[in-house]
Amino acid sequence: MHIVIIGNGISGITAARHVRKLSEHQITVISAESGYFFSRTALMYVYMGHLRLQDTQPYENWFWEKNKIALKRALIQKIDHHAQVLTSHEGEEIHYDKLVIATGSKPNKFGWPGQNLGNVHGLYSLQDLEAMEQGSQGLKRAVIVGGGLIGIEMAEMFHSRHIPVTFLVREPSFWNHILPHEESEMVNRHILEHGIDLRLGTELQEILDDGQGKAGAVLTKNGERVDCAYVGLTVGVTPNIDWLKGSALEINRGILVNKHLETNLPNVYAIGDCAALREPQPGRKAIEAVWYTGRMMGETLAHTLCGQPKVYDPGIWFNSAKFFDIEYQVYGQILPKTPDDQANLYWEHPTGKKSIRLVYEKSSGAIKGFNLMGVRYRQEVCEKWLREKTHVETVLQNLGLANFDPEFYPQHEQHLLEKYEQQSGKKLPLRQKRGLNAVLKFLQKAKS
Amino acid sequence: MSQVEPSMSLSSPRMHLQLNLGQKTGLVLGFSGLLLQILAFAGVALPAPVLVLTLSLLGMGGGILLYGWASYQGKPAGIKNNGVWANSLSNRGLWGWISTLAITALYVLLYFFPQALGQGSNGAANTGLVGLFDPLSQFLKKQNASQWFVYGVLYTLGILVMGFKFIWKYRHNRYQVIRTCSVMFFQTGIAFLLPEFMQRLNQPYYDFKNMWPLDYDFFEENQMQYLLQSGGVGLFMIVFGVLMIFIVSPVLTYFYGKRWYCSWVCGCGGLAETVGDPFRQLSNKTLKAWQLERWLIHAVLVFAVLMTLATLFAIFHKNPTGYYVNSLGMAIISACIFGGLALLLWFRPQAFKGLNPQVKVAATAILAVLVLASASGYFLGNPDIFFVPSDWLKAWYGFFIGAIFSGVIGVGFYPLFGSRVWCRFGCPMAAILGLQQKFFSRFRITTNGGQCISCGNCSTYCEMGIDVRAYAQKGQDIVRASCVGCGICAAVCPRGVLRLENSALDVHTRAGEERVIRFGENGAFIEA
Repeated sequence: MHIVIIGNGISGITAARHVRKLSEHQITVISAESGYFFSRTALMYVYMGHLRLQDTQPYENWFWEKNKIALKRALIQKIDHHAQVLTSHEGEEIHYDKLVIATGSKPNKFGWPGQNLGNVHGLYSLQDLEAMEQGSQGLKRAVIVGGGLIGIEMAEMFHSRHIPVTFLVREPSFWNHILPHEESEMVNRHILEHGIDLRLGTELQEILDDGQGKAGAVLTKNGERVDCAYVGLTVGVTPNIDWLKGSALEINRGILVNKHLETNLPNVYAIGDCAALREPQPGRKAIEAVWYTGRMMGETLAHTLCGQPKVYDPGIWFNSAKFFDIEYQVYGQILPKTPDDQANLYWEHPTGKKSIRLVYEKSSGAIKGFNLMGVRYRQEVCEKWLREKTHVETVLQNLGLANFDPEFYPQHEQHLLEKYEQQSGKKLPLRQKRGLNAVLKFLQKAKS
Repeated sequence: MSQVEPSMSLSSPRMHLQLNLGQKTGLVLGFSGLLLQILAFAGVALPAPVLVLTLSLLGMGGGILLYGWASYQGKPAGIKNNGVWANSLSNRGLWGWISTLAITALYVLLYFFPQALGQGSNGAANTGLVGLFDPLSQFLKKQNASQWFVYGVLYTLGILVMGFKFIWKYRHNRYQVIRTCSVMFFQTGIAFLLPEFMQRLNQPYYDFKNMWPLDYDFFEENQMQYLLQSGGVGLFMIVFGVLMIFIVSPVLTYFYGKRWYCSWVCGCGGLAETVGDPFRQLSNKTLKAWQLERWLIHAVLVFAVLMTLATLFAIFHKNPTGYYVNSLGMAIISACIFGGLALLLWFRPQAFKGLNPQVKVAATAILAVLVLASASGYFLGNPDIFFVPSDWLKAWYGFFIGAIFSGVIGVGFYPLFGSRVWCRFGCPMAAILGLQQKFFSRFRITTNGGQCISCGNCSTYCEMGIDVRAYAQKGQDIVRASCVGCGICAAVCPRGVLRLENSALDVHTRAGEERVIRFGENGAFIEA
């Protein structure tokens, strides 16, 4: 059986690796973007000089041949699902028995005047990075539009090369449709600390031509003009499926898939950023364009492809990011505005660069989520508490189990207990400090 | 998306290194200090040697301190790797090659042509660079300098000032700060000042933290006699050295991994962690390099053990009822080694599961060679090992391993192969500690569930060339013989995935298979 995977990102490659683990099927991975799998999330570090491009490749080049995963460089333009044949840009035809579409995302553009000028780019692909590299030569100022994870990454990138940045954020506070108020404020402060010209509550009106078909300035809806020679558009991403419009595939924003990641066409599957679940789980979105869900989809689908059908179930939500120097981790459900039936426990370090937030259900006391800034928590422990709907008081007294900060780092669990005492009047002792022994015993209990 | 072949510009970002005023001043100051030493080396007669030496050391040390301070001051604490691959010093560019040549040349002179540095021979007074250091040596121990004194001063100065730079760079990370203070203390206090003062007090020269087999001539007859001649203190030193090898080191390695030595105490490690820090990303991460590493480092270990056995035989061959080792001692040592192995096999069989069969064959062959060699020498009453005179072995070891490998290549090639070439490929001490760490230690690097984004910062900045990411992205705990526990992988990880931890539970099961995601009735979860 020939399994063809379009897209060599984390979803497609994870699917390929696991198909190989489970079977001897013929595997071909096709990419227009790059010859080898690289970590998309690491592109920023190439620009900043932390890594070389080859350092972002998780596998050495011999890995693919050794594991009999054929890599093909081509841009696929057409699917004939009756004949089960793909046609590439160059007219080459590739037959498949099973097809996996994992073509990822592309940066959003919302119809702004000037959005197609030169030196106006998002940051998603290798080619975007290339454009950014070229646009950076002699650059006096960059404007970034869109206050999300890619926007702040781009700000850090330009900043690393001493290029002044104006950062336009439509919302009144950074990423505040995801982060609760305090954490969002913390990131605002940190962006300013790095000397970024952060403009909150500011929307893009228009990108002006410099007279040579390239970006020369932006106008904001407040009527301000910012001269710049590069504009980064980082207002989210959308599935990269334009090439499928007009095909027999059922598509809305993304390629519609059922819980087995099957599309409406036989032997055609979609995973990763480009797939939209017909029935996402409660509290989850149909399209979750993050690394982790892409990887999980890849592993799930591999089982289905190899005759061991598995239902895609992403489990308990988690994510992570880094805002300049502040690391961010989240486990479980943290909403920007806590619902009325839930309560918050929030502690912030006096430096304003670290915080811990626990959210729990008021009625039952069950823990709902952890939001960490500048503090590392252990996913396995948090997951177990969340899955078992552990009472917040039990969590608090054993909070050291979750602490994943390096050795000698100050432990802040006691502060959370003090906060809890202030809020509830209950004084609880801290029973468990940081340490792996206790963690492993705690996790082993899960099995019984 | 258009089909564009990414151009070469991505593989060499066109970043321009911008030095601020403080960095420029630091460089000028440092090079001025260096210039004075070069002048002394060139034989230029310098007036007021005390003043010149002080100025040159202050210039070099102060210049680096100023450069380090200016590099990170005024910036929020955090990871500071911007432009590492754009800097010709740290990306094997022009400055990398120039420094390689310079450091290599210095080591060649130190080991093989000390006269060229001004070392006086046959009682003649020192001249040149060594002569420049006479006043400091006189001040510390009332003797004239030697080329090794010059080396010791520069080595210690390097660890101190580059240690300061490292601390300032990682000031947000308490593990790094404390660890670096530790290597600075052990180099300055224990390796440099203490032995110099001991000599001043007419006591033997002894570096308490330098252990066999890194200190490969510890058991040598001359060395033993030298220590014993000075009575109680010398005897204490011998006992201390033996205790370190057989008690202190195994216990600490069991509890904390080899890091207690390699990145907290050792002088070679201290230099690598401070002076070598700008070069850590240059270590080779390929599978081939790992294979080479395993052959090479264990070969050196076998060489070191053979040489030491030969030395010991030579001692008690001439002195059968001698002070240090007799047949009872030999029996006890053998019993310890083989008893330890037997216990390990009995209690920790899981440590050997999944071990590459080639590794098992190699290990058996090596043990057999050692046993045969010991037995032949012992029972034939012949001080030779396989009929090779022990002093030959020692001379060749001293030349190839002691000088060429650990010095010329180990340090000289920092800017080409990274800061731990010697520790990774050559150090017999690291080999022993590594074997223990792999099979009998609580230490591992744990990975945080499924949070890895495969970015590659951990692998890139691993000075030992471990492909950390290969484990992290699979959610495996990392138990690797070579890991020196510097903690930089955990520091540079942008997603909080890695942690250095100690626990005797489940070490090898958690390091076993791919653990990121498993499927249960309630969806994906991480297997505990």
